[in-house]
Amino acid sequence: MKRREFLQKGALMVAGAAAFASGAAAVGAADQWSGKLKALDARQAETLLKMARQLFPHERLDDSYYLNVVHDLDDEAATTPATAKLIATGVANLDHQMSARFVSLPPDDQVIALKKIQDTPFFEKVRGTELVSLYNNHNVWEIIGYQGASYRFGGYLHHGFDDLDWLPNPPESASPKPT
Amino acid sequence: MARYDYKDDSVAVIIGSGAGGGTLANELCQKGLKVVLIEAGARQSPITFRNDEWFAFKQLAWLDKRTASGSWRIAKDFPNLPAWTCKTVGGTTVHWAGASLRLQEHEFKAKTTYSSAGGANLLDWPITLADMEPYYAKAEAKMGVTRTNDIPGLPGNNNFKVMYNGATRVGYKTVHTGRMAINSRPRDRRSACLQLGFCFQGCKSGAKWSTLYTEIPKAETTGRLDLRQEAQVLQILHDKHGKVTGVLYADKNGQHVEQKARIVCVACNSIESARLLLNSASSKFPHGLANSSGQVGKNYMRHATGSVFAIFKQPVHMYRGTVMAGIITDEAELNTKRGFVGGFEMETISLGLPFAAAFLKPSGWGRDYVRILEQYPNMAGMWIVGEDMPRETNAVTLHPTLKDHWGLPIPDVHYDDHPNDVAMRNYAFKRGAAVYDAVGAIQTIEVPPYPSTHNMGTCRMSGAPSDGVCNKWGQTHDIRNLFISDGSQFTTSGAENPTLTIVSLAIRQADYIASESARRNI
Repeated sequence: MKRREFLQKGALMVAGAAAFASGAAAVGAADQWSGKLKALDARQAETLLKMARQLFPHERLDDSYYLNVVHDLDDEAATTPATAKLIATGVANLDHQMSARFVSLPPDDQVIALKKIQDTPFFEKVRGTELVSLYNNHNVWEIIGYQGASYRFGGYLHHGFDDLDWLPNPPESASPKPT
Repeated sequence: MARYDYKDDSVAVIIGSGAGGGTLANELCQKGLKVVLIEAGARQSPITFRNDEWFAFKQLAWLDKRTASGSWRIAKDFPNLPAWTCKTVGGTTVHWAGASLRLQEHEFKAKTTYSSAGGANLLDWPITLADMEPYYAKAEAKMGVTRTNDIPGLPGNNNFKVMYNGATRVGYKTVHTGRMAINSRPRDRRSACLQLGFCFQGCKSGAKWSTLYTEIPKAETTGRLDLRQEAQVLQILHDKHGKVTGVLYADKNGQHVEQKARIVCVACNSIESARLLLNSASSKFPHGLANSSGQVGKNYMRHATGSVFAIFKQPVHMYRGTVMAGIITDEAELNTKRGFVGGFEMETISLGLPFAAAFLKPSGWGRDYVRILEQYPNMAGMWIVGEDMPRETNAVTLHPTLKDHWGLPIPDVHYDDHPNDVAMRNYAFKRGAAVYDAVGAIQTIEVPPYPSTHNMGTCRMSGAPSDGVCNKWGQTHDIRNLFISDGSQFTTSGAENPTLTIVSLAIRQADYIASESARRNI
């Protein structure tokens, strides 16, 4: 199973995305993106990075997690023209929501701009992609405190499935001891 | 394993290998009948299952295109995923959580009991609890249901500890780790539960009953089962007298194959069962097979569900251990003084972080949502599962324009919440929150329904042929050798998770098919 398929499925499941038919790509030129993008331009990538940060703003996560989202979208745009168009149109539309470009808005205004477009297929594409990219990342699990699969160490049976100690244990009639 | 000729018209063809079809296949094979079991999905095993929510979803779920319409939240939140069922050998018994509850006596008489629910298409089942009791007992023994047959209950996990303490503090009396078809000790050559925490993703220890590694291999051992996997049935065929003669399916290479049959049993889960009958329309049956009542696809039910999650100051780690081994049954009893009819169960539930992020607030984003997700380790959760009201307008229909891979119309699943469903859900949300507030919840979260795993009622059983699709044996009123063998048969939903009743009905139907076959009535 490739990661990309997860991402597509996640986005598809959460949204059922449809594509905009037309749009104009904006031109950007930030050096940090040069040579690293397959289909998106620097301005689109920069906008998506800020947008990804605002959608799920975990203070404990550095930018690398949000950069993954941009690259996931870039990968898809490189193979799926409809996605490339959706992003181009979506970014241009996002930039027109307020008096300044999205990336130069203060954080609270970025949230206002995103609320204005939250029912669009573009928004749902980014959100759905990010949802899987972030929360299926095992480093994120560790940071938040989710342990995931337990089969490799024999299950949680001997690894804390009933270790909660701030409430009394139920009686055995309700909760028998493990056999 | 048997391999029958395509032209062998002495076989029973069963479509779908889940709780209904998988069980029926084994029961018929044990009785000496020849069975061709056709399954759309591929065969997995505990070895190929993975404790990974997105991987397993892709591996097991039925992802063919569907649409959802109506006033239910699903149509907005998951417009192409009205149901979370499986396309794999074993069907949704691979994904189910194991809760195995009998319907209650009054729930078989919903029309008589709840006559006050206006606008609902209520009907009494043509069978009673007394008719079902011997079969419930057989199913519980077959599946190894805890708290039956001297099988001990499962040990409660952290999520259950929170539920138990909260429930008893608000005065609930019947709270325990449930009747679960999950081994609390080794049984039937399957191991005891390891508290893996991934019941929904296919049980890697095999402790949870699934037809995949119980009924189906037992049927194979008889030498009478011919399992055809990755084969999608397109149409049920009939002769000029209106008897069904076999099925047309597409095998995994896309080749169309016709398999002759003496009888055909439909067990594709409520959405696909109804769709298959509708897609089998002919000049003789222009509205679909077995549809003289016009009720095929109608009365679709999915339980009045919802979840309550709560955040505490201290850790819970709800994901550790058996997902649904925890229940409060007090609200399921007959009590019409709450502003709605029907009852509901409250059952523990947990989601891993990936699915918690996807489901706790569908379409959720922003600072407030992230603050909730960051407290994931301190979260407890329960699922509400309550009786919903059948309505003729809640229906599986053929989409007017969209077609599947084989050119057949895809299903649209239309559902409007009945006012009774809404009243029940709102009441249940408050009761669930009260349970958690009683043990110090900082915040409780009302979570709207997930895509439906409980799908019922699209080919309901009825005493009168004008009221439903099949009789009390699941035999269609119109066509004597065509049977409905899954949850589609349910006349009403009851408050209980449906699998135990589906399995019990399949065992009962097998007795009937065997005796009718012996008498040459079918």
